[in-house]
Amino acid sequence: MKVIKEKHALAMRWTHWVNFPILAIMIWSGLLIYWAHGVYSITLFGHTFVKFFPDWFYQFFNLRRRLAEGMAFHFLFMWFFAVNGFLYVLYTIISGAWRELIPKKSSFKEAWLVVLHDLHIRKTLPPQNKYNAAQRIAYTAIIVMGFGSLVTGLAIYKPVQFYWITWLCGGYGFARILHFALTIGYVLFFVIHIVQVILAGWNNFRSVIAGFEVLQEPAVPGLEQIQDEPNLITDPSGPKD
Amino acid sequence: MDQKTNTVEQKIKRRSFISFATFAVLSGAAFGGWKWLYNSPKEEAGITARARVPLRKAMNKTEVFFRNFFSGNHLVKTYPKDRAAQKVRVNSMIGLEKEGFNPEEWELTVAKSKDDVFKLKMEDIRALPKTEIIFDFKCVEGWDQIQHWAGVRFIDFIAHYQLENETRMQYVGMKTPNSKYYVGLDMASALHPQTILAYEMNDKPLTSEHGAPLRLIIPVKYGIKNLKRIGTISFSDKRPGDFWARHGYDYYSGL
Repeated sequence: MKVIKEKHALAMRWTHWVNFPILAIMIWSGLLIYWAHGVYSITLFGHTFVKFFPDWFYQFFNLRRRLAEGMAFHFLFMWFFAVNGFLYVLYTIISGAWRELIPKKSSFKEAWLVVLHDLHIRKTLPPQNKYNAAQRIAYTAIIVMGFGSLVTGLAIYKPVQFYWITWLCGGYGFARILHFALTIGYVLFFVIHIVQVILAGWNNFRSVIAGFEVLQEPAVPGLEQIQDEPNLITDPSGPKD
Repeated sequence: MDQKTNTVEQKIKRRSFISFATFAVLSGAAFGGWKWLYNSPKEEAGITARARVPLRKAMNKTEVFFRNFFSGNHLVKTYPKDRAAQKVRVNSMIGLEKEGFNPEEWELTVAKSKDDVFKLKMEDIRALPKTEIIFDFKCVEGWDQIQHWAGVRFIDFIAHYQLENETRMQYVGMKTPNSKYYVGLDMASALHPQTILAYEMNDKPLTSEHGAPLRLIIPVKYGIKNLKRIGTISFSDKRPGDFWARHGYDYYSGL
C-alpha cells in the first residue's frame, strides 16, 4: 500500500533549484574571466595531460574576448550565490536538518560500501535513511566547497582589503588556483550527481521538487510478509488512515 | 481499491501537480528574467559605457558596498627586491603613441580647477622625496607579477604642492598627453600611502613602453588604472572619464 513520506523541506528544494542556474551562470561567467589568463593545466614530468582549456573549447562555447562582460555577470551573481547558500545553511542549522547531512563517524567507512554497491561490486547496501553515508559526505562537501568558492573568490577579488583572507588561502596565485579547482569540482560533482539521480529514479527525483516520497508500506505494521495478500489481514484494529 | 488508497493516490497526484506546475512556472520566470538581463540594452556612452544597464547599476552598487572595507591602513604586501621581475610585462600601449610626443618637452599639468593650472618639469618631481615599492602588480585579466617601482608618493606630492583643498573633492583624473588613455580614481584610493607617481623601474628611469617619464602606480587598483605617461592630473567631484570603464569594465576596479 502506498504511503506518502515527507522527505525534503521546502527550504531545501527552493535553495537547491535556485542554486542550479546561479551556479551555472557563475561557472559560465567565470570562464569568460578565466579565458583572459587561461594558464592552468595538469602537467606531470613535462607531459601535459589536460589543458584548461584547449582553443576549441573557448571557441565552441563562445568564451573569447568577453572579460568585461564576464566580470559584470560574475560580480552580480556572486551575491545571489552567497545569499542563497547562506539561507540553506541557516535552514539546516535552525531546522536541525544538519543532523541528517553531516557525515557521522561511521560514514567514511560506509561510504566505501555505497560506492562498491553502486559500481556493482558489492550486493548489499549499508543503511540508507534520508542520505546514505556517501551522500552525507558528498552533500556536506559541496556546501564546504561553496563556502570555499566564496572565500577564495574574496581572496582574489579584494586581495588588499581582505589581505588576511588572501593569506589564509595561501596567497593570491594559490587562491586563484583553488577557486578554479573548486569549479572543476562542481562540474565533476554535477556529472556524478546527474548519473546518480537518473539511477535513483523518479520517486527520488520527485522528492526534490514535490518534497515527498511514495513508499510501499504494509497496511499493518509488522506484517510485511503478507502485504500483498490483504485478505489475510485479520487484525481489525489496524490503522484507519 | 478502497477509499484510503484512493485518497493517497489523489494526494500524490495533487501534490505532484502543484509542485511541478510551480516548478515549471518559476523555471519559466527565471529563464525569462535571464533573457531580459542578457538582452538588456547597453548603457548610453558617457563616463562609463558598453556595459548592460542593469549590470552597470549592479557594479556601482557593489562598489558602494566594498568601499566600506577600504582603508588607507590596509597596505599592499611588499616583497624583497630580489623577488621583483626583471622582465616587466607590458600589456598595453594605448596613449603611448610616438606621434606628437617629445619626452624632452614633457611637462606635468596639474589642474586644480579649470582655470587654475600649473605645470611641472621632471626635475621638480625628482626633487621630492623618493619612495620605492616592490609589490604584486595585478591585472584585471588575472595575471600578477612582482614589480619594483620608485617615485614620489601621491600624498607627498599633494602635501608639497599644497593641494589639500583639492583632495576634499571626490575624484582624481589622470590622462596621457594625447588624452587617448585616461583614468578616474576615487580620492581615498589616490591618497592611499602606496600610490606613487613613478619615474623608476628596477632602479632605472622608466622606459617608454612602461610610461616614461612619469606613470601612476596604484597598488590598490587593477593594472588598468595604473596609467602610463601622465600628462594631466585633475580633481573633480564628478567621476572623470575612464578608458576601461568606457569599455564595459567596473569604474572602481579596486583590490
